[in-house]
Amino acid sequence: MDPIIILQAGVTTGTVLLFATLGEIFAERSGVLNLGVEGMMLLGAMSGFSVAVKTGNPWLGLVVAMLVGGLISQIHAFISITLQADQVVSGLSLTFLGTGISLVFGEGLSKAGTISLLPAFSIPLLTQIPFLGQIFFTNQSILVYLGYLITPLAWYYINRTRPGLHLRAVGEYPSAADALGINVFLTRYLYVFVGGAFAGLGGATISLAISPGWFSELTTGGQGWIAVGLVIFAQWDPFRAMGGAYAFGALRRLILDIQGPTMIFGLANPFYYNSYLGFFLQMLPYAFTVIVLILGSREAMRKRIGSPAALGNPYIRGERGL
Amino acid sequence: MAESTQINSRKRFPFKLQFEPRLDTPPGWFSAALQIGAVIAALILGGIIIAVVGANPFATYAHIAGASFGSIGVLSDTLVKATPILFTALACSIAFRMKLWNIGAEGQFIMGAFGASAVVLAPLLPATTSAWIFIPVMMLAGISFGAMWGFIPGILKARFKVNEIISSLMLNYIAISWMNFWVFGVWSEGGFQMSPKFPQTAWLPRLLDFGKSVPLFRGLTTHLGLLIGILVAIILWFVIYRSKWGYEIRLIGDNPTAANYAGINISKNVVMAMMLSGALAGLGGMSEITGVIHRLQTSPVAAGYGFTGIIVAWLAKLNPIVAIIVSVLFGALLLAGREIQPSGIPKMIQGIILVCLIASDFLLRYRVRIVRVGEEA
Amino acid sequence: MDHPETQTPANIPLVVTMKGIVKRFPGVLANDHADFELRQGEIHALLGENGAGKSTLMNVLAGLYSAEAGIITVNHKEVEFHSPKDAIKAGIGMIHQHFMLVPSQTVTENILLGMDQPNFRMNINQYDQKIAELGQHFGMEVDPKAKIWQLSVGEQQRVEILKMLYRGANVLIMDEPTAVLAPQEAEVLFTTLRTMVADGKSVIFISHKLQEVMAIADRVTVLRKGKVTAAGVPTLGSTRQELARLMVGRDVVFQMEKTKQEPGEVVLQVQNVHAENDKGLPAVRGMSFEIRQGEIYGLAGVAGNGQRELSQIISGLRKCTEGKILLSGKEISNQPTQFAIENGLAYVPEDRTHVGSAPNLSMTDNVIMKNYRHEPISRGWMLDIPQAQHFAQKLKDAYNIVVPNIDTPVRLLSGGNLQRVILAREISGNPALLVAVQPTRGLDVGAIEGIHKLLLAQREAGAAILLISEELEELLSLSDRVAVIYEGRLMGEVREPDLETVGLMMTGTPLDQIAAPIATGAK
Repeated sequence: MDPIIILQAGVTTGTVLLFATLGEIFAERSGVLNLGVEGMMLLGAMSGFSVAVKTGNPWLGLVVAMLVGGLISQIHAFISITLQADQVVSGLSLTFLGTGISLVFGEGLSKAGTISLLPAFSIPLLTQIPFLGQIFFTNQSILVYLGYLITPLAWYYINRTRPGLHLRAVGEYPSAADALGINVFLTRYLYVFVGGAFAGLGGATISLAISPGWFSELTTGGQGWIAVGLVIFAQWDPFRAMGGAYAFGALRRLILDIQGPTMIFGLANPFYYNSYLGFFLQMLPYAFTVIVLILGSREAMRKRIGSPAALGNPYIRGERGL
Repeated sequence: MAESTQINSRKRFPFKLQFEPRLDTPPGWFSAALQIGAVIAALILGGIIIAVVGANPFATYAHIAGASFGSIGVLSDTLVKATPILFTALACSIAFRMKLWNIGAEGQFIMGAFGASAVVLAPLLPATTSAWIFIPVMMLAGISFGAMWGFIPGILKARFKVNEIISSLMLNYIAISWMNFWVFGVWSEGGFQMSPKFPQTAWLPRLLDFGKSVPLFRGLTTHLGLLIGILVAIILWFVIYRSKWGYEIRLIGDNPTAANYAGINISKNVVMAMMLSGALAGLGGMSEITGVIHRLQTSPVAAGYGFTGIIVAWLAKLNPIVAIIVSVLFGALLLAGREIQPSGIPKMIQGIILVCLIASDFLLRYRVRIVRVGEEA
Repeated sequence: MDHPETQTPANIPLVVTMKGIVKRFPGVLANDHADFELRQGEIHALLGENGAGKSTLMNVLAGLYSAEAGIITVNHKEVEFHSPKDAIKAGIGMIHQHFMLVPSQTVTENILLGMDQPNFRMNINQYDQKIAELGQHFGMEVDPKAKIWQLSVGEQQRVEILKMLYRGANVLIMDEPTAVLAPQEAEVLFTTLRTMVADGKSVIFISHKLQEVMAIADRVTVLRKGKVTAAGVPTLGSTRQELARLMVGRDVVFQMEKTKQEPGEVVLQVQNVHAENDKGLPAVRGMSFEIRQGEIYGLAGVAGNGQRELSQIISGLRKCTEGKILLSGKEISNQPTQFAIENGLAYVPEDRTHVGSAPNLSMTDNVIMKNYRHEPISRGWMLDIPQAQHFAQKLKDAYNIVVPNIDTPVRLLSGGNLQRVILAREISGNPALLVAVQPTRGLDVGAIEGIHKLLLAQREAGAAILLISEELEELLSLSDRVAVIYEGRLMGEVREPDLETVGLMMTGTPLDQIAAPIATGAK
């Protein structure tokens, strides 16, 4: 029940959500809602772990996980962008498909052996920073540091670069972008791929670094869905996504730790004495997601900010009355 | 050339595919044929993946067919499996009709099962209660708990514009934890992960109960839930296509702005549709627990029926009557799937079927023509 | 008509030629071997009714559509455009009727969109500077850092023009540029266009308004049903009637026959109404007026001055923050939508497909939208399907709705027929008040006439009609009284309106400030 440890672990486990959320931000910014995150994460976790076990190289596993996530996302891209199907149903089917395929190929994988983990280390000087140093820079996985790096880069890319400008335009007003020669279809395919690769990375972050192994559907345990919810809370902004992801990570750790001590705030700890109450603790991340959604949409209503204007709508070119 | 509705072929290839939006509604048989074609395509794709992981796709499919329709006994088992799917499919079809993506049928099903169990286990009624009181009270409890679980995402959507996909899905996880708490912590039978068995008066009648008078029924476990499900499907059909409320639902589903313009209260209907959806799933949970499991136990209740219902509803084009037939087919898939290795195959095939179905809808909206390059007119 | 070749002075080069352009949409031949020529330094109008194929032809030139047949040359070189980018590279830029601007981005960001420069990192300040200079050069000043949604429609149009100029466009295609402008704003645009052609650029001006074509264009090409009926005729020496005939294929009646009748009881009372728009900004700020039985009350105004919000408050789709609205003496403001409907409100919304109809439902389902709650369409909780079908069939026959059968989804109907379905539904209940917003937008001349007749018939039947339109000609010919809305307030109300007065009010001059000089001048 040491708050520093909880926060430190929160950053570690939150990195999974961070990757998945960032990926979904990219896809949604281009106007494609992808509800297949859970399926893509599972595939990433399965393929990454599988490759790492077979080759002994976790780095290769990481790359394969990203590729697999990106490739499977292209099914959703094809169905929703080219075939103009409903993005909600298409994304759902991707989750079913991804879950199914990862279960089939992951058969027996949980007993397949152990892997060498991706390295974790401390950053020499930065660990000295009081409080923050221990939370952020002490004995963290390399993927956590990757998260620190990618988040500002993602923000900069979306808001301050030419491709980012194009990305936003495609998600807000595709026909305007098209009229100026931006390939809307290609752009959307690309960012759906990016979203898939990030989801794959998120999945592999679990199976290769944070809680290594393959535990079928329990590997992700609905984090893909939480990521979709976090995107709304984050209002499509990478930094807000980062805050949200780490908060969720901390919550997960808190749930584990709160069952340890016999006394809590000077009272007998009910979670210690009645382990079944732990089931209520398990509900917390999901209940918290719902609360976050309520807060997020109230704020959005007050500030009148919305999702990317073209989110969820297929772009049909050459339609009459353009 | 770069028209969106055209797919480029390589430069030299003299023919290309051209897609034109349909200006008419294709005939009914075309739509049906397309559905069947999509399922066949899905089975072929699934077969390829099965072959890749080293199993024999032909043997697998033959096994599925034999294990689900091969004899009257397994046919009965198929119907047993189809029953919960039918309820969740009906639940999804009413919500989807309004473009309310209730992904929470799973949780509503669980809560329905919990509510029905609570009647026996709490106990709200003594174990000696007659079946004539037990069954209706359990149905009511199942319906209420399911409706309550549908009410939450409904009211959140209506009041705060909270995305119902995510909220209903989160409630699935919460429902599982809730059920686990009662199964493990309160009603556990001797430390096992299940409650005590219900008294026989709290069981739905099964065909085998009539085995004495009808020898054919001996050993058949098909239960009253199926009949209730079919009845509900027929009523639901009337509600959707023949009632004022059904008309409002269809109008909201197609164009909420127009519905608002026609003076229909959308928020109220969102909540009502979600509650009805939840109630139907909850009734399914009650039917499963009183017809098959006869006790509260996590794994057979949280078996993914809510998710299968989504696919079935979509395959049935949200038509409740068609959902009956499709449920039976998926019941067969799930039944046979229990013995198939690797165990993820039925889930994967479901996913592939849904992908193929959605993809095939494109052909309902577009006409495909093969044209010579340069002669597109 | 004379052949344009004989009129081409040898010293003025042709910038664009289009020959034998064919473009087909499923079920429609939009361009049937259309020819077009553009000279350097001219304003060339492309005239035609809605649906004549003007925009399609120009979308082909702008690289947005690809033609099935035909040859395009730019500066005497044959070109083939695969995308708008190709066309822009060749110096051709199109400004669409609906602005192609991303509302959440700044002026500079919108102008830079799709450019190859900047490379990756955007130094936005440096580009802001550039854009500001470009604007000054052409006399079109805009704040480069402003977000598009903060700009007026006129300013947005300037951004569109700058966007094309920044790309070095020599040929500017403008699709109905004045549709969204007040007459005075249109004058400013015309000045800008003249500056540009004086600078050696060429302008193609798509319009269906004869008057402004005569005012601005040097030459005019007329399209009818996809075919060119007049190619490059100089506007000097052509008459309005002559061009109108070429455009519609028959003499046009510019004035509607309207019977004289005395208005009856007051039906609608709008009393000091205030309301906000979707962004939460005040849109309607204290409006009051009354409409009587058998009277058409025309409300003119440039789009976005609160008319949309006003029609929504009256029909119960929007709440008002102050004031109230009475329909036949009953307060209908801030009541459920259904309440106004039950009290005799009929509403033809501006947006036929997104508000007025459910596209994938059948015609039957669409026509019972307002009366399904009562007998004979429903009984108790059940719909009476045979009665509903009977009703739909009756409307189909009575209003000449062209549809294969009443089970056809209405998304398959043409714009004119869909509007007939909506009007038939709204009128069939013999409403006390009919609110019609832009009822003829996007329809062809035949359909427009039909809709006008239906409106006048309702007037004779004693309905009070609120007609909100941006088509001034339509408003002036149909209405008994015309009022003008500007920034959510009424500028005034006239019985014998003339274009100048209405135009001045549309740009924000209250009637009492105009009336005096005109009145004294008349004496």
